[in-house]
Amino acid sequence: MPDQRPSDSQALSILVIDEDEIRASIIREGLREAGHQRVHVISVMDGLVRAVEDLAPDVIVIDLANPSRDLVEHLSQVSRAVRRPVAMFVDQSDAGIMEAAISAGVSAYVVDGLRKDRVKAILDMAVARFTAYSRLRDELESTRQALEDRKAIDRAKAILQKLRGVSEEEAYHLIRRKAMAENRRMGEVARALVSTADLLTGTDP
Amino acid sequence: MPELRDIQPRETIRIGFMPLLDAAIPVVAARCGFARKYGLEIELVRETSWANVRDRLAIGHFDAAHLLAPLPIAATLGLTPYDVPLVVPMTLGHGGNAITVSETVWQAMVTAMPEVVANDPVTTGQALKQVILVRRQRGEAPLALAVVHPYSSHNYELRYWLAASGIDPDEDVAIAILPPPYMPDALAARRIDGFCVGEPWNSVAAQRSAGRIILTKQAIWPASPDKVLALRADWAEAHGDLVDRLMLALIESALWCAEPAYLEPLVEIMSGPDILGVDAESIRPALSGALVLADGPHVIPGMLDFAGGDANFPWKSHALWYLAQMIRWRQASPAPEAGERAAAVYRPDLYRKAAMHLGLSAPEADFRHEAGSATKPSLGFFDGMTFDPEDLLPGCCIAR
Repeated sequence: MPDQRPSDSQALSILVIDEDEIRASIIREGLREAGHQRVHVISVMDGLVRAVEDLAPDVIVIDLANPSRDLVEHLSQVSRAVRRPVAMFVDQSDAGIMEAAISAGVSAYVVDGLRKDRVKAILDMAVARFTAYSRLRDELESTRQALEDRKAIDRAKAILQKLRGVSEEEAYHLIRRKAMAENRRMGEVARALVSTADLLTGTDP
Repeated sequence: MPELRDIQPRETIRIGFMPLLDAAIPVVAARCGFARKYGLEIELVRETSWANVRDRLAIGHFDAAHLLAPLPIAATLGLTPYDVPLVVPMTLGHGGNAITVSETVWQAMVTAMPEVVANDPVTTGQALKQVILVRRQRGEAPLALAVVHPYSSHNYELRYWLAASGIDPDEDVAIAILPPPYMPDALAARRIDGFCVGEPWNSVAAQRSAGRIILTKQAIWPASPDKVLALRADWAEAHGDLVDRLMLALIESALWCAEPAYLEPLVEIMSGPDILGVDAESIRPALSGALVLADGPHVIPGMLDFAGGDANFPWKSHALWYLAQMIRWRQASPAPEAGERAAAVYRPDLYRKAAMHLGLSAPEADFRHEAGSATKPSLGFFDGMTFDPEDLLPGCCIAR
């Protein structure tokens, strides 16, 4: 096989494998901003081997939840046309960056022989963006949760006002006291109250 | 060794596993009180790839893992991307996997050889060889057969059976790699023509009419290991007391899993959405040994043995057999010290210590000759070949 190792002056070909298409495009943008123009994204497992044969990537970035990881690691045992991918972390001195990458949920492979310092920046960027993305997703989730809590509390207040003849403010304090006494969130108490009321009045959820 | 009481506060051991039936021993230890009995809390983490299990074990996210039997040897010999010395104090049972082919391939096998019998490695091998020859004459692509990992019992058993049947695994077929839960879908979508994988994924494919089970591991190499418990060598060294307690909990769990009276509770636990997430009907066949193979129902003794005999004993000679396969299929080079290093990964001494504490017997030897004998004809390879670990230890060379 001819030596296909990229020289330092050549642009690196980078393949991003991620089933989360939004996250994959965030990574692609990050790579483009860093000056990498040869970036390809695959988000389905089908035809992965063929894609790697065709693209001949120097670097593969893959999300850890991706079941294709066992395949990527051993592509060269599956296809003779594929240059041997090796993990970016090969010795104990890489333990820190490996820990960071795994905690962030991403891993990367480079073709054998590629200088590690050329690609370390790629992994650092991927780790940072994976972490930012999951923080964003957590924030979105908590915003959604807060919105739903708010809706449940409003409904619960209305039910209490009607059933017990209290003011809106008193209804709010009733829910809050109950939540504090039972060490639960107000949203949970409100939801329990709403579903109980639905049961008693025969309202289908 | 710890006393038999619930030690407070309990220490947490995090165990990574892949969704397969032979993860049952750690799962049951966590769920049915065996861990608590020895002052442990087992936190189970389901993973999506063997590479994740290995990496997270290596960097300390996991204290222990359900791992492919040959993988700790490969990781210790530096054959995998992140090499870290691992130890294997216990085998998580014997058997548990099978070979399934597409309906098309099975029909072609029957046409080529009407006398073919499922679970008979000889006639199935001959029939498959005929199918491959016919396909070649017609200029069709070689059959694509998937395994879960290059360093897996599945890969080596499939290759062993193919080679013994006169089929070159590297030239006559294309071996692909897929994670276990994806096998049935890949077969149904005709992306592959067959696979060798742990249960329940063969039965899942058969029940969805995606494929036919033609051969079980039990028929190729009876009473042989498939998954092991793996620990990081330095962690095991530093946490001797935790290792002892974990071993006691897991061995008791193995005895529970192997008890026929607990079949239904075991089916229920393993089918849970956080463990396998598949129907009980797909799980029961391997656990009961009553499988529907390509030509009808079969009862297969020892289909998946969680305990009893030496089902949990990590024979050093098995580590050497795996090394021999790595060399045979050119994954490893025959270095003089490779045999010693591979054998050192399997730790029968740790198993023996725990077994003795529980009053169970364990083999006194660390190595055994793999061969059938007059007293135990069920041992040994289907083709009558033998494996003498002595062949590997000093010179570590084996003919392909």
